[in-house]
Amino acid sequence: MNKTQKKLVTLSTILAIGFGIYPAANAMHIMEGYLPVTYCIAWGILCIPFLIAGFFSLKKTIQEHRKTLILLAMAGAYAFVLSALKIPSVTGSSSHMTGTGLGAILFGPCATGILGLIVLLFQAVLLAHGGLTTLGANTFSMAIAGPLLTFGIYKLCQKLKLNRMVTIFLAASLGDLFTYCITSFQLALAYPSEVGGFSASLVKFMGIFAATQVPLAIIEGLLTVVVIMSLESYAKSELSALGYFKGGAANVK
Amino acid sequence: MSSKAKSIIILLLLCVLIAVIPLTMSKNKGSEFGGADGEAETAITEINPDYEAWASPILEPPGGETESLLFCLQAGLGAGVFGYLLGVLRERAKHESKAESQPAK
Repeated sequence: MNKTQKKLVTLSTILAIGFGIYPAANAMHIMEGYLPVTYCIAWGILCIPFLIAGFFSLKKTIQEHRKTLILLAMAGAYAFVLSALKIPSVTGSSSHMTGTGLGAILFGPCATGILGLIVLLFQAVLLAHGGLTTLGANTFSMAIAGPLLTFGIYKLCQKLKLNRMVTIFLAASLGDLFTYCITSFQLALAYPSEVGGFSASLVKFMGIFAATQVPLAIIEGLLTVVVIMSLESYAKSELSALGYFKGGAANVK
Repeated sequence: MSSKAKSIIILLLLCVLIAVIPLTMSKNKGSEFGGADGEAETAITEINPDYEAWASPILEPPGGETESLLFCLQAGLGAGVFGYLLGVLRERAKHESKAESQPAK
């Protein structure tokens, strides 16, 4: 990142911290209109520094290694497919995966934020799934918090020298699950129960979102392993341009 | 078949299995497997009965059929792009390995 870019990121971070005093909420995407206005704005602002950092990180990756564009398109398409599939779960309700783990492992967490935002916009505008007012909160949970955790676990497992495929499985599935924990957290903050307050609501929303998500998170982990396996066979040069064989996400330092 | 191809098939079968098992579980009999976000709406109404959604989607699909069409479209677009690019990569890898095994004359 050059100086102006750094300044922009810092500036938006300060702005976000200033507004971040308000917390926010979200779910299998929080539904349109189901989040009080202050929360919508606060979560939205909280996303801005990550998205700006993501934009510059993507720009840099593509400028330096133009051929990685093909992997970027694949990571985006992967998130598109996975977030369209509503899968039945053991709790008797359905939810869908996030598909952001692949992007986070290949391009780093902030860059994935941009991909996630595109998917969420598509769903909010055309599918009445999620919503424009809750876009900030949903972006934070699915496109920022999830990928961040994925990336953290990925790095941690690499330090522990776990098998590469086990690492990818853990990173992708826990990131998926974490997205829905954040959603529950966001909703619980916005809707504390009269009896028991925030924690009672958190338990309730966790029961709905996180419990439903467990089997789906496992599926997402397995699928991400399958995709990475194929990419290792066919896209070696792109992967090494991204620094994948040397520990992943080249330009996140 | 290479061991890699085998493990990929096993992993994919496992995914299908995880998705199908809940459908056959007896405790879920009669369940319609509605979306978890709908359940959250109910939970919000329980916690705060006075809450009214203050915005509504700008374009709401008229019914379940149109909605599933749009979701299919999303999955189809994604799968199309993904499959095409994977095919491109695979062919390229094939050419590269051919070029390696037959060095230029």
